Amino acid sequence: MAKVKCPVCGGLVEVDDDALPGELVEHDCGVVLEVHRGPNGSITLKPFEGVEEDWGE
Amino acid sequence: MPRVAMLYDVARLEEKMLAAELRGRAELELVHLPSQPLRLGEPPGGGVDAALVRAISLYRAVSSAAVAESWGAAVVNPPVPLMAAGDKLLTQALLERRGIPTPRALVAYTPEAAVEAAGELGYPVVFKPTVGSWGRLAALAGDGEAVRSIAEHREALGGPYKVHYLQEYVRKPGRDLRVICVGGRAVAAAYRVSPGGWLTNAARGARSIPARLDGEAEELAVGACEAVGVEVAGVDLVEDPERGYLVLEVNGVPEFKSLTSATGVNVAASIAEHVVWRARV
Repeated sequence: MAKVKCPVCGGLVEVDDDALPGELVEHDCGVVLEVHRGPNGSITLKPFEGVEEDWGE
Repeated sequence: MPRVAMLYDVARLEEKMLAAELRGRAELELVHLPSQPLRLGEPPGGGVDAALVRAISLYRAVSSAAVAESWGAAVVNPPVPLMAAGDKLLTQALLERRGIPTPRALVAYTPEAAVEAAGELGYPVVFKPTVGSWGRLAALAGDGEAVRSIAEHREALGGPYKVHYLQEYVRKPGRDLRVICVGGRAVAAAYRVSPGGWLTNAARGARSIPARLDGEAEELAVGACEAVGVEVAGVDLVEDPERGYLVLEVNGVPEFKSLTSATGVNVAASIAEHVVWRARV
């Protein structure tokens, strides 16, 4: 598990080491965060802005 | 080993399952659409044999599929069929043209014409947006006043919502049938049982239970995919007490986690096999 700083509250968020870019992580502070990967594979988190349309189940 | 790109915006459980299945069969290039620009005519990593489009957003899906075609890749699903599947009215028009049974539907362009259309279909009547999913903004109207009110609200929303797409209400037995089709065959099916309302979307709390697929349902689902031009899809069928199966929708980027969980069928593996086959031919 990687520990990454929440961009909203500054607290630490645990993220799976093999998390894909675009995976969503819910944090205790109430925000939904989106996993991003840097060129070297490093993990950063950004607040998830949502998507509009879908072909859901 | 073929090179396959997966284009997506949110890594849901489906995308994680697909990535795992593709990694075993191909060299996988993950293309997270919000993170990077796409270059027309310039594939990532110097070359891509096939691209699997998994964007949630219809317009991201269609546009990224178009870019992937510019790379010379085999694209699953291609952009024009994706657009046709993403717009319920376009889908139904293609199904009708092929003679696939669907619920009766009318299109109107003003609130007055929408009321007239609803009167012709009878009440209650289903009032759907032409785009969108999870049952969002789908309404069941009980009388002309409700239809007029919904139409006026839709007019205020503008854009595609100004196309009033009304469908007869099918008195289905509290469930519909989701069939996952891959490469011209049905690979899995599940009933989606409503928790009580008229909608049977999993996102609205419907429960998936395994379904044994009969020949008629399979033929209709596969035919619906051919009519729309999609290679991978989730086809929704509803059982009318008198007419039998009617095709409701064809989903070009289908979710399948509930169906996988209910049936035990590895839908992600079927899709990955198809994409890798398309990469090789």
